[in-house]
Amino acid sequence: MSESAPTYRRVAVFGGIYSNHLALAAAIDDARERRVDALLCLGDLGAFGPNPDKVFPLLREHDVQVVRGNYDDSIARGLDDCQCGYTDPRDNHYARLSYHTPPGGPPRETGGGLPGSLDPPGSGGGGRDVLAFHGSPRQTNEFLWESTTPTHFLDKLATDFGADVLLGTHTGIHWARRWGRPGLERMYVNVGALGRPANDGRTEVWYALLDGSDEDVDVEFVPVSYDHRALAEEMRSEELPEEFVETILTGWWTTCLEILPGKERAAGRF
Amino acid sequence: MTKALPTHAGDTLARSPDRVVGGRVVADDAPGEVPEAAPAVPLRALDQLWFQVSGTVCNLRCRHCFISCSPENHSFWFMTRAEVAEALRESVELGVKEYYFTGGEPFMNRDMLGILEDTLALGPATVLTNATVLPQRTVDALRELSESSSYTLELRVSIDGVNAEMNDAIRGEGSFQRAVAAVGRLSAAGFLPIITTMRTWDEADTDSILAAFRSLLADVGYDRPRLKILPPLHIGAEADRSRGYDDFERVTHDMMTEYPTELLLCSSARLVTASGVWVCPILLDDPSAKLGDTLGEAVEAPARLHAQACYTCWVNGAICSNVPGFTDHS
Repeated sequence: MSESAPTYRRVAVFGGIYSNHLALAAAIDDARERRVDALLCLGDLGAFGPNPDKVFPLLREHDVQVVRGNYDDSIARGLDDCQCGYTDPRDNHYARLSYHTPPGGPPRETGGGLPGSLDPPGSGGGGRDVLAFHGSPRQTNEFLWESTTPTHFLDKLATDFGADVLLGTHTGIHWARRWGRPGLERMYVNVGALGRPANDGRTEVWYALLDGSDEDVDVEFVPVSYDHRALAEEMRSEELPEEFVETILTGWWTTCLEILPGKERAAGRF
Repeated sequence: MTKALPTHAGDTLARSPDRVVGGRVVADDAPGEVPEAAPAVPLRALDQLWFQVSGTVCNLRCRHCFISCSPENHSFWFMTRAEVAEALRESVELGVKEYYFTGGEPFMNRDMLGILEDTLALGPATVLTNATVLPQRTVDALRELSESSSYTLELRVSIDGVNAEMNDAIRGEGSFQRAVAAVGRLSAAGFLPIITTMRTWDEADTDSILAAFRSLLADVGYDRPRLKILPPLHIGAEADRSRGYDDFERVTHDMMTEYPTELLLCSSARLVTASGVWVCPILLDDPSAKLGDTLGEAVEAPARLHAQACYTCWVNGAICSNVPGFTDHS
């Protein structure tokens, strides 16, 4: 990690927000109560939910440091889609609705006046080198699912990018893994997402709380309750697909399921 | 409230006896000549490691098979559990992300369950199968393997039609009924098999074909099917069934200008066989697609898009993967 990277003891790390400004506000409040040193977001600020531009004032007001996600990258560079790589026609249909309103129209998010360059920051968690990114350190839109990510693959990423702790999101389901040996312990944390539930039948969303000491970094996954019914109403008033609303109200993913591995897909309802 | 943080106490590869499954191979041992003029694709990372685990031996004689597998095709023989285990050991250092097993019919290899046990100790495994030799006891064993691993075990089942008439004309009499029944058993065991079908119909009919597939699979209890449509590869038996490649169907240097090579399987994969390492599963019949005797040699050698089948990948991307290759614009 660069010598100029900041050092923190306690950091709240948010995953994709997907326009869920109500969950973001609730998560910021929760993290402040836990006396964090810093708030970090790993990108994908818009899409899926209502009124994407409501997210940016919250990020600015609370000094949330943001890593660029694939969605943000598409918005910033005027690309035609969100770069999730779907091939299933149904998934592509909903991905287009998520990105454009109306279909074929301009992207729903404006970027909110955030600076054009949102580079992944490094952040020291105590005495450990931490690298934060969206999908993977080598590719913004790479999915790292728990059931398809070997430990030796993570270890190579950690070596190649010179970090002890890797922080990502992009999949929307939180998980973590430790490996290594005394003196060379490493960890990957997928911090989950604030924008939609974790496909577990619960309406809460999740973020990761990192506690650093001189020797180690601990992670705790924090569930966030928020007024999901109010979000659903806001989505309906914006005439977003009822399938998206259903996910917010039930905790089960209903769209864009093609990219789920068998284990994660089987754990869901659809 | 917290979620427990799992600790992996080091992934160790299960040791396996050096039990020989089959005989010797007939394939050309030495890497062949590759046209210098063909565009090169460097290996960006070895993300996918493929195994030709049953060689070219198959219980079926599919009329569209791009490597013409059959009970009599012994060009490539079965891999032993020890041979696979050696490649798995090498794969750890190389940071491989996914493992795929193909053939022939992988479940004709009597070591297949042991091979999957070794693999699932390290990472996710996908088996490409015709599902005609998957009795309940095998499905039960697969379920046990899947449930005892934190990694996913994917079964890719080839079915080439929505009824026996359509499928069996390509895959052989009786294969439809046996494959569909096996999908029912896999579904009942908790698997969500990826149903793979080669597009043999007009593209305009795709929606109705997919709807018919969903209905067919729901009838055997598989009500949230994962479907994957493959384009035809005009080599092997398929060249006789439909057509070969036209002269213009070839990848040129101009076509690679600004082309995202990460979409191509050969930019992130290699195929291990019982007789060396090939660039990909599609070019198995092409001696010039052999990149070395060892994985170490093969990861150093770039792929060459010299074969006309490379044109199909250029158009469609990494058709062999469970999910398509991703372009990273950033």
